[in-house]
Amino acid sequence: MAKTWVMGVTICLALCLTVASHHLAAQAVSGTGSAASQPADSQNDRIARLEQQVADAKGSADNAWMLSSAALVLMMTGPGLALFYGGLVRKKNVLATMMQSFAMMALVTVVWAVVGYSLSFGSGNSFIGGLHNVFLRGVGASPDADYAATIPAQTFMIYQLMFAIITPALITGAFAERMKFSAMAVFMVLWSLLVYSPMAHMVWGKGGLLNASLGGRYPTLDFAGGTVVHVTSGVSALVCALYLGKRIGYPKAPMPPHSVVLSFIGACLLWVGWFGFNAGSALSAGSLATSAFVATHFGAAAAVIGWCAAEWLRNGKPSALGAISGAVAGLVAITPAAGFVGPMAALAIGLAAGVVCYLMVAKVKSRFGYDDTLDAFGVHGAGGTIGALLTGVFASSAVNPIFKDAKGAVLPSGVIEGNGHQLLNQLVGVAIAWVLAIVVTLIILKVVDVVIGLRVSEDHEIQGLDLSQHGEEGYYWEVSA
Amino acid sequence: MTKIEAIIRTSKLDEVKDALHEIGIEGMTVLEVRGHGRQKGHTEFYRGQEYTVDLIPKTKLELVLSDALADKAVHAIMNAARTGKIGDGKIFLSRVDDVIRIRNEERGEGAL
Repeated sequence: MAKTWVMGVTICLALCLTVASHHLAAQAVSGTGSAASQPADSQNDRIARLEQQVADAKGSADNAWMLSSAALVLMMTGPGLALFYGGLVRKKNVLATMMQSFAMMALVTVVWAVVGYSLSFGSGNSFIGGLHNVFLRGVGASPDADYAATIPAQTFMIYQLMFAIITPALITGAFAERMKFSAMAVFMVLWSLLVYSPMAHMVWGKGGLLNASLGGRYPTLDFAGGTVVHVTSGVSALVCALYLGKRIGYPKAPMPPHSVVLSFIGACLLWVGWFGFNAGSALSAGSLATSAFVATHFGAAAAVIGWCAAEWLRNGKPSALGAISGAVAGLVAITPAAGFVGPMAALAIGLAAGVVCYLMVAKVKSRFGYDDTLDAFGVHGAGGTIGALLTGVFASSAVNPIFKDAKGAVLPSGVIEGNGHQLLNQLVGVAIAWVLAIVVTLIILKVVDVVIGLRVSEDHEIQGLDLSQHGEEGYYWEVSA
Repeated sequence: MTKIEAIIRTSKLDEVKDALHEIGIEGMTVLEVRGHGRQKGHTEFYRGQEYTVDLIPKTKLELVLSDALADKAVHAIMNAARTGKIGDGKIFLSRVDDVIRIRNEERGEGAL
């Protein structure tokens, strides 16, 4: 039996070889033929052409992943965050809450096209980009080698836009159920230009103060936006919650989520979308993307366990809302670290974020009594800060050799590898994000409050924002069948 | 005629309906309601915030019957809905002056 099988395989192999050699011989003949007709086509030309084709192939592969990633990151805002936040509010505010996230997809996109991209990624000073790329001038098919050498600059631009969209959308969780739509829209446009763009430029832009690979003075490791996205949005969220004040009845009147089911679906979409956010931040489709993908997933998983365990010990039950909140906390915390740490460090970061963020929303919030309605600060502010600091601890040059000396030799990345100074750089990055977020958010709030007024009237708040701001209801009650 | 309003455990609805069908009762109105009597509510936790839910979901049946049938119906409901624990519910009885069938304006017990 076994003998027949072996013989069969041998015959098959022999047949394959015969066919293959015949095919190759035919190719060689046609090859000589074409060479003869084009005598000028030297071997060097052919090598150059081949090299170009290899580069094109890599470019295509990278571009395919980056466009997919951009779409994944947009999916995080809509429907991901819109569902996650929409489920957590009361029934009368579900549409208004979803609309706040969705509005960012339109507003920030236009702002980005006109001037936002230029202020974030155009050449400028250490703090903010210049106006060279307003109206996306010069942002076309050819790559910008400083940022991503293998993909069109336009791909890089649209990918970065998706980050600029979700960041202000995260803030909406803090003032849910009580802010005027008009005031929210103006606030967010200003915030996008005055907080997001400078921070993105400092950390990721050419010559930015905190840029780790393009000559920043305080090289801060932030792979996918721990400081740029989560610290800025989370801290601004706290400022908004404090400035606007509590919702009517908070904290005495019960205001439980109207549909944890919606939030559940939203959180799962966020988890999947986050692969585009973090693994996409490799800006290529190579092994660094894989490493960031793995770290992202592990961070989320460990944080679910961390949050649930803390909740189980304290309340006696692990809740579904706790599990999904833990996942988001872990994803937030692993964001700055994703492309710098190995899988085991990712587990540690996730676990820490799960426990700390749970304590932030369950203990710290009620202790101080601020109404950070959907815990934008407790999850994004706290998770982003922990993640950014722990990135400085766990960053590994084996995963990502980001620091090199003049001769090109790889230097240690994080504290564990012996680069104790990195924690200080991370602290500088985090501190700048905090200060920028607090100061500028306060100023914008004050201006918008004077010009438009931030809060809806008491009547409108009780009626709900769906009706008072948009003239519609999320769940229309139909009397006739 | 007697109106029966019975508040029962939602989980007992099918058994109560079957018991009423068995004694020949064909019509009833069923409502999903919330409320509380002596049965305490429960606590829910959302991100560590504690909410006491004291309005518990229950099912309410409304029937209007001839006095003779009402007595049998009360017993049927009691037997089917009872678990012996707090929270089994209550039955309220009240007099009904008249009944009108909208289709043909028939009145009184004949309209039931």
